[in-house]
Amino acid sequence: MLALQPRPLAADPIRVEAAAPTPLAGAAVPAAVDLDIRGMVKSFGEAKPVLNGVDLAVLRGQSVALIGANGAGKSTLLRCCLRLIEAEGGSVRLLERDVRRLAPRDLRRLRARVGFVFQRHNLVPRLSALSNVVHGAQARHAGARYWLHGLAPKAVREEAMHCLDLVGLPHIARQRVDSLSGGQSQRVAIARALMQRPQFVMADEPVASLDPNAGEEVMGLFSDLMRREGLTLLFSSHDLRHAVDYADRIVGLRAGRVELDGPARAQDFAGLREIYG
Amino acid sequence: MAEPFVGPSAVAERGPAVPGRFDRPGIGTFLAYLLAIAFFVASIDGIGISVEDLVAGIPGIGRMIGQMFPPDLSRLDSIALALLETFQMALVGTVFGIVLSLPLAILATRSQTPHILLYGCSRALISLFRTVPDLVWALLFVIAVGLGPFAGALAIMIDTIGFCGRFFAEAMEEADHGPQEALTALGASRLGRVFCAVIPAALPSFIGASLFSLEKATRASVVLGLVGAGGIGIELKVAMDLFSYAQAATIILSIFLLVLVVERVSTFLRQRVI
Ligand SMILES: Nc1ncnc2c1ncn2[C@@H]1O[C@H](COP(=O)(O)OP(=O)(O)OP(=O)(O)O)[C@@H](O)[C@H]1O
Ligand SMILES: [Mg+2]
Repeated sequence: MLALQPRPLAADPIRVEAAAPTPLAGAAVPAAVDLDIRGMVKSFGEAKPVLNGVDLAVLRGQSVALIGANGAGKSTLLRCCLRLIEAEGGSVRLLERDVRRLAPRDLRRLRARVGFVFQRHNLVPRLSALSNVVHGAQARHAGARYWLHGLAPKAVREEAMHCLDLVGLPHIARQRVDSLSGGQSQRVAIARALMQRPQFVMADEPVASLDPNAGEEVMGLFSDLMRREGLTLLFSSHDLRHAVDYADRIVGLRAGRVELDGPARAQDFAGLREIYG
Repeated sequence: MAEPFVGPSAVAERGPAVPGRFDRPGIGTFLAYLLAIAFFVASIDGIGISVEDLVAGIPGIGRMIGQMFPPDLSRLDSIALALLETFQMALVGTVFGIVLSLPLAILATRSQTPHILLYGCSRALISLFRTVPDLVWALLFVIAVGLGPFAGALAIMIDTIGFCGRFFAEAMEEADHGPQEALTALGASRLGRVFCAVIPAALPSFIGASLFSLEKATRASVVLGLVGAGGIGIELKVAMDLFSYAQAATIILSIFLLVLVVERVSTFLRQRVI
């Protein structure tokens, strides 16, 4: 198990060293840092910066929950890590690559290694679930064969079916995704991310649009899969219980900075609520 | 505590002023209206509307219609062949036009174009194709490739590119951004994103626009014959020039039938596919 030093609620930028955890129990080498964000700044137009010097390091195999009020910048932070939007300042090291300096081709290669699950599943509506999962293979291959399941090579179709099986939906493979329920859609989106064979997975409020039961189910499945595959997970959530249950570590954003950082188990809800104050 | 009841009269006294039913136009707007009306009146004068001419022409039209019936079916086989050629011209021109407008439309979509310069050029090309009337294209192609349906098909192709290029680009511009972002996030190429996320979203619009342009092309292909670009138009012109109105009637009726069938089939397909 990973255990982190609780980080004090501090206003000054937190150095990564401060976040360095005690290594995995029994392991001699400290775990690798998969994501290392330093001093990230991002603003939209004239308004005051949404992110104003965010520092955050995530270790390999860790599961980190990102919490914060509406508009705190959780989505912005996640998007900036993959340059879906461009940050203005700071540096991002993701899977040993300096994200902000990557050339387009290298950026694509890096994105391919990182799964991203969106709040609104963002599947392609008129296509089948299987085709949507096959799209995940575009992380590794270019070309028209990976646009539709009907065109895909046998091995890819089999792998896509395996991914659908992992999320418990092999029976809806041929169904159009616009006919699926919210929970099913989100599971297909998770399967698409798995199809990438990612090393790191980010999720922006993956279950926020699901009802409580479906949300619980999908979040449980998601977190189990990540653990089983040994993937690093960074997810944002408004559900503090999910944060406590499914993360090793909770990071709170407020006013464009990391204001809270500590092991999930040590947190009580009252303490976590302060981040919204 | 509950507020004391406020009757309608009391509300009327205290309530905010109700805005007028219409906004009073400014002096500039007023002048613009006045100018537009004046120009319209001048236009009526300009085209030389003449009720006398219209009245005097009525017997002539009546006589012509009288001679049209019964339609002369003696040349039905050659008319049918010309009609088939007309439709083939429309079909081939439209299909090639649609196929060519897709890549052009991708370049002309701001969110998908690889370069802003390509965007500008493709936009300009599409506008050129659209704004120059198909009859002018037909005249140009008749000069370039000679009389016949090939010239007509080329003219229809260009016209279709002008129409579909613009519609396809608009449909792709409006495509939901979410799936595109998902494809970008998983490292897909630009082409992968266009074909996996943008085109599937825009497909119903594509099909609608394509079927509509086939209808449009069928009507246009009739007229293109008048300038020698193949099809049944030339038959109609000859029949009219020779005052063989009974023959013209057959041609007109068969054109009517063709256009009707194409529209019906296209409506049916539209409902099926979308
Ligand atoms: N594309 C954009 N253009 C302008 N402003 C934006 C854009 N995206 C986000 N913002 C602004 O940035 C701020 C942070 O947004 P962000 O979506 O990152 O917050 P969040 O923490 O994810 O909130 P939520 O919990 O509501 O999802 C908000 O004030 C929002 O208005
Ligand atoms: Mg958000």
